[in-house]
Amino acid sequence: MRKVYMDNNATTRMREEVLEAMLPFYKDEYGNASSVHSFGRTARTSVDEARAKVARLLGVAREDIIFTSGGTEADNLAIKGVANALKSKGDHMITCAIEHHAVLNSCKYLEKEGFKVTYVGVDKDGVIKLDELKSAITPKTILITVMWANNEVGTIEPVEEIGRLAKEKGICFHTDAVQAAGKIPMDLENMPIDLLSISAHKFYGPKGVGALYIRKGTKIIPQLHGGHHEMKKRAGTENVAGIVGMGYAAELAKIEIPQEVKQLTGLRDYLYKGITSKIPEVTINGHLTKRLPNTLNVRFKYLEGESIVLNLDLEGIAVSTGSACTSGSLEPSHVLTAMGVDPADTQGSIRFSLGKDNTKEDADYVIAALPPIIQRLRDMSPLYEKGR
Amino acid sequence: MDGQYSEKVMEHFKNPRNVGEITDASGIGNVGNPVCGDIMRLYIKVDDKEVITDAKFKTFGCGAAIATSSMVTELVKGKTIDEALKVSNHAVAEALGGLPKIKMHCSVLAEEALRSAIDDYIAKKKAKKV
Ligand SMILES: Cc1ncc(COP(=O)(O)O)c(C=O)c1O
Ligand code: FES
Repeated sequence: MRKVYMDNNATTRMREEVLEAMLPFYKDEYGNASSVHSFGRTARTSVDEARAKVARLLGVAREDIIFTSGGTEADNLAIKGVANALKSKGDHMITCAIEHHAVLNSCKYLEKEGFKVTYVGVDKDGVIKLDELKSAITPKTILITVMWANNEVGTIEPVEEIGRLAKEKGICFHTDAVQAAGKIPMDLENMPIDLLSISAHKFYGPKGVGALYIRKGTKIIPQLHGGHHEMKKRAGTENVAGIVGMGYAAELAKIEIPQEVKQLTGLRDYLYKGITSKIPEVTINGHLTKRLPNTLNVRFKYLEGESIVLNLDLEGIAVSTGSACTSGSLEPSHVLTAMGVDPADTQGSIRFSLGKDNTKEDADYVIAALPPIIQRLRDMSPLYEKGR
Repeated sequence: MDGQYSEKVMEHFKNPRNVGEITDASGIGNVGNPVCGDIMRLYIKVDDKEVITDAKFKTFGCGAAIATSSMVTELVKGKTIDEALKVSNHAVAEALGGLPKIKMHCSVLAEEALRSAIDDYIAKKKAKKV
């Protein structure tokens, strides 16, 4: 059976050449990057090279990059680290209703610790309400954290404007760029951003490694205590192989982004056209243009998502109902709910997230497989009374 | 996604039995699941010996909801109303080779749809007698 993987926002297939670059560090180059001998020096050099490559992807200084165990840890370090560092200055933070749970639950944790958090809403396209954000700012606000791009619907947030707002008021600004980094061009040099989280496995790198960009001068308290690793901001022996893999994936992404944006935008819109030309009552979730090139989230009226995902899986097609981490829960998507989608309609939403390996043939295969599945499920749905 | 569905669940999900409606149903059960918002509609046809001769369903819900709908219709066909009332959600889940823990509530939907269809049948029967 043909296999079509369209769940690249959950994770991507690691590139062959990235794996090749990592393998020596699992074999002969096993030194600890903190050791002074030649084994250690080789590891140290490789980690520093990787740091430079990640810095280049973002357009920042290499000494401002801290490697972590992934996007989740980067978000936790940024949010809790800044809150701890600035608590004498204030106890209020602002975030957005559609953030990833790594951000939302870090904020919830801090609420229990006595901080106050404002969750700013979004419009029907998933774009943050800037006026709401503005009026939420108080003299006690120490941190604003808003994602660069949303993982479920792909909407791109106005981070530059938010950053400017924060800067004017002297507030620290963090953005979760896990879904944006390596997918769309990024140049932080002139961007008013203090902290930014990324994760290697979202851009064809290994899982379990990420980074936090921390602009020089940003006050932050480490969340892992131990040795003097990572400029004393993140203790723990470096995951050398993973970091090397992330560096190489970043280097390749930097080169290929312009071409990939073009390829995936074309394929995504082709897929959408194909689906809507064959299936009635399909609505797009997310902003039509301010959206990740690879993300297509659509809702099929009268249907429930899991039954669609399972049926597509039987045809060899891998997609998801929302974020991979929330599909273990029964709650409707917090993202779609915040966008004001009718509760019954949040259920039938499917996310197709494309990757560099996807072809037009893949899209055609999906466009052919989907209509009979949707029709069969609609015929089974008590909500679907039309067409009878 | 909770991918731990048994083979039996997947089999009923792929080929659900008794999908559809019964136009001259003796009882119709319509229930919604407050946990997840899913909906199930169950039709039963009962003969004058109180035996369920046919059952059909329509379901808006997850894989487990569809499989349990299918199974409950299979289980009650040929049973008397009294026997059918003893069919619990656990019996449905068991007949499917078990359900993942977080999907147990889906089988409750099947049990409630059955109860509701039987209640409807009894109410209609009473109404006729009056
Ligand atoms: C927006 C966003 N933030 C954070 C994460 C967490 O990253 P990681 O899986 O590397 O912990 C993800 C991915 O799951 C994500 O999509
Ligand atoms: S999740 Fe709603 S019935 Fe299964």
